[in-house]
Parts: sequence; C-alpha cells; structure tokens
Amino acid sequence: MSVPLPVFVAIPLVTAFLLPIFGKKGKSVATLLANLATISLLVLAVVSIGQSRVYEIGKWSIPLGINLVLDGLSCLLLLAVSTVSTAAMLFSTRYMEQYTAKSKYLCLFLLMVAGMNGVVLSGDIFNLFVFLEIASIASYALVGFGCEHEELEASFKYMVLGSVASMFILFGIALVYGNTGSLNMAYISKAIQGSGLNAGLGFALCLFIVGFGLKAALVPFHAWLPDAHPSAPAPISAMLSGVLIKALGVYALARVVFNVFGISVPISWVLIVLGILSMIVGVFLAVGQWDFKRLLAYHSISQMGYVVLGIGLGALILARGGNTTWASLAILGGLFHLVNHAVFKSLLFLTSGSVQMATGTRYLKELGGLADRMPITRATCTVASASIAGVPPFNGFWSKLILVVAAVQAGFWGIAAVTVLVSLVTLISFLKVQRYVFLGELPENLRYVKENKNSMLVAMIFLACLCVLMGLLVIVPSLKQSILDPAVKVLTDGVEYSAKIINM
Amino acid sequence: MPYALCFLLFVIGLYCVLVKKNMVKIVIGILVMEYAVNLFLIMLGYRTGGAAPIIDKTCLEPGTGQITASFISTSVDPLPQALVLTAIVISLGSLALIISICVRTYEKYGTFDITKIRRLKG
Amino acid sequence: MEQKQRNSNVAQKEKISNGVKGMTIIVKTIGSWAKVLIFLFGIYIVLFGHLTPGGGFAGGVMIASAYVLLMLAFGGEFVKQNLSPSLALKLACAGTLAFAAIAVAGFFYGPDGFFWNFIGQEWLAGESSNLHFINAGIIMLAELAVGVIVAAAIFLVIFTFSTFKFDVSDNQKE
Repeated sequence: MSVPLPVFVAIPLVTAFLLPIFGKKGKSVATLLANLATISLLVLAVVSIGQSRVYEIGKWSIPLGINLVLDGLSCLLLLAVSTVSTAAMLFSTRYMEQYTAKSKYLCLFLLMVAGMNGVVLSGDIFNLFVFLEIASIASYALVGFGCEHEELEASFKYMVLGSVASMFILFGIALVYGNTGSLNMAYISKAIQGSGLNAGLGFALCLFIVGFGLKAALVPFHAWLPDAHPSAPAPISAMLSGVLIKALGVYALARVVFNVFGISVPISWVLIVLGILSMIVGVFLAVGQWDFKRLLAYHSISQMGYVVLGIGLGALILARGGNTTWASLAILGGLFHLVNHAVFKSLLFLTSGSVQMATGTRYLKELGGLADRMPITRATCTVASASIAGVPPFNGFWSKLILVVAAVQAGFWGIAAVTVLVSLVTLISFLKVQRYVFLGELPENLRYVKENKNSMLVAMIFLACLCVLMGLLVIVPSLKQSILDPAVKVLTDGVEYSAKIINM
Repeated sequence: MPYALCFLLFVIGLYCVLVKKNMVKIVIGILVMEYAVNLFLIMLGYRTGGAAPIIDKTCLEPGTGQITASFISTSVDPLPQALVLTAIVISLGSLALIISICVRTYEKYGTFDITKIRRLKG
Repeated sequence: MEQKQRNSNVAQKEKISNGVKGMTIIVKTIGSWAKVLIFLFGIYIVLFGHLTPGGGFAGGVMIASAYVLLMLAFGGEFVKQNLSPSLALKLACAGTLAFAAIAVAGFFYGPDGFFWNFIGQEWLAGESSNLHFINAGIIMLAELAVGVIVAAAIFLVIFTFSTFKFDVSDNQKE
C-alpha cells in the first residue's frame, strides 16, 4: 500500500491548527487528537518501509515543480522521528499538566514534527530550508515554554545561533542557485557533476557545513546546546536531543554533502575532524556536570560526534577509492548509531523528566536513593544508561562495535582507540548518574515521592523495549536488508541519486 | 561587484551579532544579515535592462498563444522573487518571536545587557 | 536611596505598562475615515494577487495595519471589544485549515493530486473569455486564505506587544 507522501506533512499540520480552536475547555479532546496524530504517523512510517518513490506536487513535472522523495535514508529517519514523537507526546499528556498553555504546547509540538517530516522528505533544497525554519521556530518557542529566568536566557541564545545558522544556509542556497540555475537537488547534482566545483560552489559548501553543523551542534558550534536542552520541558528535550539535531543537522548535512555535491578527500577529513572534536570535548565536559539534564545534553554532543565520524570515515574510504565493504560498514555504524541515539537519549531525557516531576529538582547532589520509591523509572534509566555506554546486548553496543571494526579494518587505529576511550568515559559518567540519583541515601525531603502515572510509564517502557530489541536490526538479516541497507546504499551511491530521481 | 557589497552587508550584520552587548542590537544584526541575503537573492535574478515578468497579450504569439522568445530573453527571473517573499515572511515570524523573548527577558532580569544575563554557566 | 530608586523603577514600569491609550480628536476623526480606505485597499491587493504584484502576504499586512491604526487612535480597549485576541487566533487557525482543505481537496482527483490546480484549466486557452479574473484557479482561493491568516497573525502580534503588562514585582532581585 503506497501512502501519498504529503500525508506525512499534512497530518501534523492540520492537527496542529485544529487544536487551538478547542481552547481551555476541550483540553482532553485536544490531547487525544494530538496522540492520535503521532500514532498514525508511526503506523504510516512503518507501512512505508522499503519503498522508494518520488511525489510531484501539483502534477508539475520535476524541474518546474517541487517534489518529495522517499528513499532509504528518508525512511529510516521518518521511523526515528515518529517513534520518538509518539513516546514524547504520550509522556507529555501527564507531564505538561504543570504548565498552563497546554493546547499551544501541543500545537507547537505538532508543528515541529511536521517541519521535521518535511525536511526528511523534501527533494528540493529551498523546500528543505522552509521546513527547517518551521521546525526551528517551533523549537525556539518550545525551549522557552515555561517563562522562567533561565529558560528565557537559554531560548534567546538558541534563537540567535539558530537564526545565524539559517542565514548561512540561505546564503548557501542563493549561491548554489546562482551557479547552477536550479533548485531541485537532483538537477543541482547533475549540474555540479558536469561543471565541477568553482569558487562560488566551494564557498557554498563551506557555508552549508557551518550552517548545518550549527543545527547539529558539532563542536565549534555547540554553544547553544548545553543551555537549551536542560531548560526545555522534558518531552521537548527528548525531541530536541533525540530527533531535531539529527533531522535538521546530520541528515541535511549528509544529503547535501553526499548526494548533491559529491564527496572528496578534504570534505571527508573535515567531517572526521568535526566528529572527533565533538566526541572528545562533549564527553570530557559532561563528566564534571552536576545537573542531570545538562550532563545528558553534553553527551548528546559527543554522540553526534560518533555519527558524523562514522559518516566521514565512510566518505574518506570511498573518496580514496578503497574497499567499499568497509565504507558501507562505517556508514552503517554511523546511521545505526543515529537511530539508536534517538531512542536511548530520548528515554534518558524522559526519565530525567519523570525524576524532576516527582522530586522537583534535577541537581545530582540533592537526589539519592530513589531506587525503591521509583522502581520503573530506575529500571528504564538503567537500560538507557547501559545502551549509551555500550554495554552488550543493548543497542548502543552494536553500533559502536560496527564503528570500531570499520575503523580498524580501514587502518585508522587512532580513531578506533579514541572511540573506545570516549565510550569508557561515557560509562564513567553514567555510573556517576546511577549512583547519585538512584543508589545511596534517601534525603529527608524526598521520603514521600511516588512513582509517576501510567501514561508516562508506558512511554518509557516502550522506548526501553526498543532499546533492548533494536540490536536485532543488525543481527537478523531480513530486518537489516529492509531497513538499514537501503539507507546505507543511498549514501554510498552518492551522486547517482540524481540519475535515479530524474528517471523515476 | 554588487554581489561583493551584499557580502559586505552580510559581514556587517554578523559583526553586530558577535560583538554587541545589547540584546536588541543583536536582533538588529540578525535583521541586517537577513536583508543582505534577500538582496543577494533578488540580484541573482536581475538582468540589466530587463522587463517585469508579467505576461499580457503583447507577450504571446498571435497564432498559437505561446510565449515569445523575446520575452524570455529580456525578462527578469521571477523565481528568486518568490524565494525572497517566502524568506521575508519566515524572518517576520522569527523576528516576532525573538522580540517577545527580549521583552520577557527584560521583565525578568531588568536589563538588556547580555553580560549580566548569565545564570547558565559551566 | 535604594527605596527611591525602586519607587522610580516601579513608576517607570507602570508608565510603560498601561497599554495603549487613545489620541486627540483630530487623529480619531481622520483615523475613522482612513481605516475604511486602508482596509479596502488591502482587500484589493489580496484579491488581485495573481494578476498584479502583492498577494496574500502584502495584502494581509495592510489589513492588519488598518486595525493597528484603530488601536493607536482609539486605544487598546476599543479594539479589544471589536476584535479580541482569541477571535484573531481562531481566525488564523481557520484560515490555515481552509488552506489545508484546498490542498487536500486535490486528493479527490487521484492519489497524486495534492495541491493540483483543479479549477483553473479551461479558461487558459480561450482569449475571449469574460472570466479572466478567476483564471488562476486555486491560486486565488489560496491567496484569500493566506490574506486572512497573515492579517489575523500580524494584528495579534502587534496587539499583544502593545498591551503587554509588565509584572511590577521585584523580579530582578532573585
């Protein structure tokens, strides 16, 4: 059954603008509609696994009109976005009762989901920019949602850096249009292969790397993330850290660098250096944090470094003309880590939200001994911490193993060593979290905390089960071939993307 | 040559965002960057001595109703104009949001100076 | 000394935070004539968006500026009784849903008809048709919807900024 592609964007948009009409009296109806929207998106994303097609909007043929493209990479990211948004929406039915403007929150949340779906499906570079702006503006408003001191400061910092990034991206798009005469990614790719990179296109590529790197919070550009992600409400932190920095940052970067411009040796070294810097800086700054969510935010930076390192390593091997098996393995490690990180990082943020809702604080030194009072939160937090630290048999272990194997086989012993070291330091910091939050002594004022309500627990248990089961995605061959291999093939095919789209 | 001036305007806006300490001046810097990029987009489509890209009866061939070749060779490119319309509206929405954050921050902290609004550290 | 400083801060904030008061009788008279012209001109720009420069965005901003003129001349309370912010929010949502309905209506013509211009096909070939005005098909309907959305949204933004009341407690001491 082939779902028409605009449905992925139309369902959250229509639901988002239906909700403010209900106002304050129809809050439960609004919440029910929003949950139905995200669950239906998940069902549609699962149904569209393994398909690959082009949808022309308004029946205008390709260079004249905009098109939406569904291929393996888009499919993988659609699955990630809809999974995390379903869990976060379910969690926020109970969590957002603390705030007053819940219908506006749901409207902004669904706008963010619509924007991310649009970015992932778009086949036209300006359309990608428009949807990127929709998702970014919705997330700026959501970060400062409870209007306290720190949230407003964090939202301002995030917004200034995000706007600067969008301006760089728009400037890059203008340069690309001026040099190639088309806005469709397939036609741009064809023109660039024909003429090669001149000065304008090279500058545009640098602007794209800076702009998308700012959105993805890679290391020279990460200054907004440790302030923005802790200040947001917990389900929004889960969405931001789980899917927004990937769909807007890493996916767009990969699409532009691999499919539109084509890889070369200098670009892949840039990606590898950015990845290694992010990994190291992120994890060493994370170990010393005493605020639970700020620690998780720094870990997001370091895990994004893993993804970009995997993709960059695959690009370097392909650009040097090396063994394509190791290149696909490296890219597989990077993309699988992207999906894994979406699941376990959002689960970690949801557990931190659960702890914050029960106890009212998120500073590690004020917490302690919650293992008996909140058993399910403790169990899911342990599962997620084990996943991010790379403990077998959870999903983080498999993706890190694939990355290390690919690095070793291609001869990059230093990169493999750095990966293992960063993994160890991640384990240390999560042992610290476990000891300070769940083990140890229960302080006086926390003696009466209770476990949270059912809808929040269902969301966390759903993500924890996914953490355990996702290792099967690489072990079982049929699952790997239907979900992960098409995504890897899109990136290793590189500029043949344009030939496939034009012929469809 | 006019493209270099656009780039200079962009760099001036970037300088404002990086150096200035008042929140409203930073917002103005973002706006100047926005103007520079919109101006660059419109100048890309410009053709010296070109006509506006609006079709009326004089631009159509008398027999078949197709567009004449002289129109295509003398008109200005309309696609960047549509892009700029969209970009202006996006920046309007983003500006409304960032100004409202500035107003609320002034209400909470009592100052617009970003060196004094530094509760989040480390 | 500190008490006097704090009192003057409070007085300054109250002066800012009282919302928009009206203006003199000259401005009120001219405003009540001019608002009709501005509103009508804005509607003209929206309706002819597919033929002349303008369209939904520019026309919507002009319609909103008619209401802003009213707010400056007569005060915030007057405008709140005529077009309250909650009604403006509902109008904006209704406009967006109308736009989405136009786009989704293309699905009735087959699964690849999202946003297809299913109205304006027949009039393009014949030159002697009297209905040049609506030969653009769904573009005119979409411009109408966008005009309503932009007018309501920009009015809401400017109205909320002008009548925002500062919280006159000692927030900066925390």
